[in-house]
Amino acid sequence: MTSMTKSSPVSVAPNPPGDRTPRLRRVLDAVGVQNISLLIALGALVTVIGAQNTNFFLVSNIKTIGTTVAVMGVLAVVQTVVMIIGGLDISVGSAAGLTSVVSAMVFTDQHSAGIGILAALGVGVLTGLFNGVVIIYGRVNAVIATLATYAGYRGLANLVSDGRAQGYTGTDSTFVFIARGAIAGIPTLIWILVAIALAAHLLLRYTDIGRNIYAMGGNPTAARLAGINLNRYVIGCYVAAGLVAALAGIMLTARTGSGQPTSGSQGLELQSITAAALGGVSLRGGKGAIPGTILAVLLLGVLQNGLTILDVNSFWQDIAQGFLLVVAVVIQQRRRGTRAIGLP
Amino acid sequence: MPDASARLAMRDIRKAFGGVQALRGVSIDARAGEVLALVGENGAGKSTLLKILSGAHLPDAGSMTLDGKLVAFSSPHQAHAAGVRVIYQEPEIIPHVSVAENIYVGELPRRLHIVDRRRLIARAREDLARYGFGETLSATTLGERLSPAQRQLVEIMRALIADVRVIAFDEPTSSLSSVEVDALFRLITRLRDDSIAVLYVSHRLPEIFRIADRVTVLRDGAVVGTRSIADTDGDELVSMMVGRDLTSMFVRQPHETGEVVLSVRGLRSDVVDDISFDVRAGEVVGIAGLVGAGRSELAHAVIGSEPVRAGEVRVDGRPVRIRSPRDAIRAGIGFVPEERKAQALLMDRSVRDNVSLAVLRRLSAVRVVRRRAEHRLTTEFVQRLSVRTSSIEQLVANLSGGNQQKVVLARGLAMRPRVLILDEPTRGVDVGAKAEIYHLINDLAGDGLAIVVISSELPEILALSDRVLVMQAGRITGELARDDASEERILALAMKEAA
Repeated sequence: MTSMTKSSPVSVAPNPPGDRTPRLRRVLDAVGVQNISLLIALGALVTVIGAQNTNFFLVSNIKTIGTTVAVMGVLAVVQTVVMIIGGLDISVGSAAGLTSVVSAMVFTDQHSAGIGILAALGVGVLTGLFNGVVIIYGRVNAVIATLATYAGYRGLANLVSDGRAQGYTGTDSTFVFIARGAIAGIPTLIWILVAIALAAHLLLRYTDIGRNIYAMGGNPTAARLAGINLNRYVIGCYVAAGLVAALAGIMLTARTGSGQPTSGSQGLELQSITAAALGGVSLRGGKGAIPGTILAVLLLGVLQNGLTILDVNSFWQDIAQGFLLVVAVVIQQRRRGTRAIGLP
Repeated sequence: MPDASARLAMRDIRKAFGGVQALRGVSIDARAGEVLALVGENGAGKSTLLKILSGAHLPDAGSMTLDGKLVAFSSPHQAHAAGVRVIYQEPEIIPHVSVAENIYVGELPRRLHIVDRRRLIARAREDLARYGFGETLSATTLGERLSPAQRQLVEIMRALIADVRVIAFDEPTSSLSSVEVDALFRLITRLRDDSIAVLYVSHRLPEIFRIADRVTVLRDGAVVGTRSIADTDGDELVSMMVGRDLTSMFVRQPHETGEVVLSVRGLRSDVVDDISFDVRAGEVVGIAGLVGAGRSELAHAVIGSEPVRAGEVRVDGRPVRIRSPRDAIRAGIGFVPEERKAQALLMDRSVRDNVSLAVLRRLSAVRVVRRRAEHRLTTEFVQRLSVRTSSIEQLVANLSGGNQQKVVLARGLAMRPRVLILDEPTRGVDVGAKAEIYHLINDLAGDGLAIVVISSELPEILALSDRVLVMQAGRITGELARDDASEERILALAMKEAA
């Protein structure tokens, strides 16, 4: 143990370290090995796809990638937060479907986009609150709890919508602005992703709340003994996940022009978890950050778009995604130094 | 002296964990047809010796012979095959299958992988009756329904059907009722009469005089001596167990203490009962007791991390309601837990993250942690506690045990507590860091902090404490002033009980 320690007695530089380390090394440390690997993979993917079909580089196509990843991206961001605290939320896709239906149906009933959006956000908060309460007060494992609500929320969405698309929002200016509008030439959907990602990043990196979230994921006992109210944090994270799922639902409604119980939201849970794991978020909690997740979201978006452009059978996309999730976790385990076999 | 008649002979066994030497050349002889008791204080090396015997640990040096033949076990499986069994307090029992299946696990009677259940039950009934357990243990009871005593019986049966030659019991009576203890002792007598070598580890002296033929005393990982049970008494054994080397030890100067800071009255939890004590400003109160006496549980009850059934806690004379560690920190009670890796440290985060963890809110403006304030706070404590680290951004996992412990202490001090509870503050740290931590505790008391030190090491308790509370079975069984306290007196209070 002692051999790892620098033996200079009581030496604490007044400034953070790195004054004498080479610049390249410092850049590498700041960006992180994981993110560099992702950047390399992204670069390779872009090169391969671009070489096959130069339409890939058209501004319109890049905008398409941006808007298609926006929904999955916001969910991946909030999934990152939930996973850092040591949880998992499988129900985000179903909650997005449910809130999509709610936003469209309330909008149709009330003729107000604002009320529809607020209703969806409210329902989203309730879905997250329910998850959190079941996990904390029912002492149910997060995977099981959200697997149950994954089925439950989807059933609810189908029930209230009769299993069909509901309402028509394609003529409402607010929904149209969300779906196809732009600020400073950049689509609104991308702005929403940027805003959510930035907010989560600032929260995790600069506030005591974020630091406590990392501490809880890293060592819950230590966090509790240090005076952190674990229950409040866990419920807070799932409520945030529900709220962002509602935002995703509203984005879905806007994009398709109607409330969709399952179409468009199915599979978002897998995509968001894959993105977070690929971005370096530990499945055991305590590790990971938003920039990695965003890079992974881009990677998945480019992959999906590339496979479509290159006219690959869409079933391959599912296979590729499942494969990537396994690869991401295997890489995580190897980097932790876990032995390459199971039980002794 | 080597004993040719020994069934089991362990010679010059050495074992170190990290920098801590747990066994420094232990030799014991267990003869067939006798009960050899092993006694010693917490940390004397009894458990480590048993783990080596059972194949759970490999010794760093030394040899073992079984009936004159050299043996070495690198897994419990090999020890079993050689006829050596260690019965732990809580044996592994498969909860959802029957006693019969639990006993014969791994060698169930079967044809082509289809278990012959009828033959299994019949054989189990037969074997249970043969060893006299026909009444106490039914072959068809499910594992999860067994009492602690019955669980041990299952483990013993596993040994007996496998033709055991050496059987060792590790504190077997700690969870047994007196009726069950009687039954266990009848069994041990019977095993001995079947000319099996029995090792019996316990810190309950009355039991040892009841069951053992000889007793070997361990202290600080070495054998102090072996006595025939007829030639010794409790006083002699206690005096052999205590008296560790104190030459390099630190001794505090007596000094004045102030007002009562922490006052606990009638505290009761699932484990501790009727706990009342005071700690004054500038005073160090030591809490001693054997493993399982409820010392850590007492600390956890005070800071609200274990549910409290009754009792009152006052800080500076004001009653405080503590229902979580958060409340305790607010009330001015700081706590440094026993297991730094499991309960305190974020191993893959920096020294800075670890020191500031409990006070982030105080360091924040509008919830944003002020980097400069955090840096200043960490640097201050790192220098004050002489934490040896290349930088405050160094990962805690890369520090030595002693420096990790100082990081945990720094977190406790950063809370600015009125009273600080330290649970095993020097466990697993090297001698140098230990001395530094003692000096720190002395300085903190000098500055008027009220301090509670929980420790399994009696020399540590004696060196640091102004007053010693001794616990046994969840209660405080005695209080000794600094000048009256000695290892003998503490041990006498800690072991005071009817067997």
